[in-house]
Amino acid sequence: MSEYIHHDKDRVSVGVVEKKYFTFAEPPGEMVLESGAHLGPVTLAYETYGTLAPDRRNAVLILHALSGDSHVAGYYSTEDEKPGWWDCMVGPGKGIDTEKFFVVCANIIGSCMGSTGPSSVNPATGRVYGLDFPVVTIGDMVTAQRALVDHLGIDRLLGVVGGSIGGMQVLEWCVRYPEMVVSAIPLATSMRHSALSIAFNEVARQSIMADPNWNHGNYYGGAKPALGLAVARMIGHITYLSDESMRLKFGRRLQDKSDFSFNFDADFQVESYLRYQGRKFVDRFDANSFLYITKAADYFDLGKQHGSGSAVKALSKARARFLVISFTSDWLYPTYQAKEIVKALKKNGRDVSFCEIEAEWGHDAFLIPGERLPMLIRGFLERVHHA
Amino acid sequence: MLEQNHLMRYDLQIIASWIEPGSKVIDLGCGEGDLLQHLIVLKGVQGTGIELNEEKVARCIEKGLSVLQGDISDEVHDYPEGSFDYVILSQTLQQVYKPDNLIRAMLRIGQKGIVSFPNFSHWQIRLQLFFTGYAPVSRQLPYQWFDTPNIRVITLKDFRKFVHGVGLTVLREAAIDTHTQDRYGSIVRFLPNLRATYGIFMIGES
Repeated sequence: MSEYIHHDKDRVSVGVVEKKYFTFAEPPGEMVLESGAHLGPVTLAYETYGTLAPDRRNAVLILHALSGDSHVAGYYSTEDEKPGWWDCMVGPGKGIDTEKFFVVCANIIGSCMGSTGPSSVNPATGRVYGLDFPVVTIGDMVTAQRALVDHLGIDRLLGVVGGSIGGMQVLEWCVRYPEMVVSAIPLATSMRHSALSIAFNEVARQSIMADPNWNHGNYYGGAKPALGLAVARMIGHITYLSDESMRLKFGRRLQDKSDFSFNFDADFQVESYLRYQGRKFVDRFDANSFLYITKAADYFDLGKQHGSGSAVKALSKARARFLVISFTSDWLYPTYQAKEIVKALKKNGRDVSFCEIEAEWGHDAFLIPGERLPMLIRGFLERVHHA
Repeated sequence: MLEQNHLMRYDLQIIASWIEPGSKVIDLGCGEGDLLQHLIVLKGVQGTGIELNEEKVARCIEKGLSVLQGDISDEVHDYPEGSFDYVILSQTLQQVYKPDNLIRAMLRIGQKGIVSFPNFSHWQIRLQLFFTGYAPVSRQLPYQWFDTPNIRVITLKDFRKFVHGVGLTVLREAAIDTHTQDRYGSIVRFLPNLRATYGIFMIGES
């Protein structure tokens, strides 16, 4: 997702921020996961921006997607080249205004950006977990976030905001801890993966697991399954874009050449782009984390988990006001899936706003700087803040 | 905020005057949310809206209104029975494909429906057709036959007949003389079917 972030120090920013860590669930008080497995201690990497109001009623929790992290906005140092992944949305005067709100974002468990995941050392054995790391769910991610929110002394979240897998966590928050969530903004997301989404994830996972370096998840200290992870990321990138965005961005243009090479080098710009994105991803992301998080997303089924198969019943638990957003060209989580959320909320008489934003950039549209989304989020948060 | 009252279209002012303070309201085809905002600010209603146009939906949400994007004929169905005190359909009926289904759905999700539409039996429209022989084009219905979103022509008498035909009752009505974006107008009491540019009806179960 970081491909949309550009070095631009002149822009308004939340400034220099710091990644912090919170550790809980020390044995014997381990977290009991949805699978029944125990996990502890658990560390969450998190960042906060803005100031928690004396009445503690201005906290906004941001939930990141597959490859995101706690670094939503700002820079780690004055020399830092790139701001956080949603710097266009979060900062002073922005859609989520850090002058008004206390913004919190934690890296999800199972990830590799500072929170406990398969690449962490298992304190019980002194070795990296690898595939000994238990399978975690969206529910487990949210339970861990709850522990952090409690630790920060927040008992009421003015807003819970996230796109994609982050949007699944938003929905999970609303039914798991309904009394805590005042408003919810699920973006470009779904109450459960379609067969299409599961299929893409499975191909990506197979690509990782087919890499000989993967070695059943036991590659730490040796060569990484770089090729497998790069191909997995390439598949991901195709699903994040759209027919239209790829046509506009690449068309059939060739990369640094005027004719075909008549071999299997990257001829087309789109090939070159995907190879670059794949290579870049390998440097910052752990292949096992990719397996765990995509599995968590595939398992997610709000209706099944919380409503005996009924999304309407599941969302009957929610107390939040909702702003649901989809994007016209998102083929990973198409608008009909957002409308299912809206429909279930309406049937429950919940306060729900919904906008399908015209966008050519596919699923990733929510990450791309633009006017519409920040304005919608600002207006919505203002209303719930003053309600 | 109070200024909203003066800026609002005359027909919307009449509709607003019919709404009890503190009630629950849904505006079908709410546009940029002028009526909703007026009702929320001045009458303390709990209001929501449905609008098809993304730009208008965005304006509403930016203003802090609860509005969802979609086709009113589809979106009206998902609310639980009796969710609202008033279901408003202002100047949209003439564009609805299945008016009977929509009106029934309105009175399923709400206690009362408020419907307004341009009156096609206004004397100017009658004269235009009579003397020119062309399909009438008026300030209220300013489109040529080939590019109009208004797929139906309705008169005050037609609507009354329709309401009775589907087993409902007209609870209240106003015939007004105003123009589309006009903030001023007057109630027409004498020969309304001939002289009113718009009709506004509150309907309910018999």
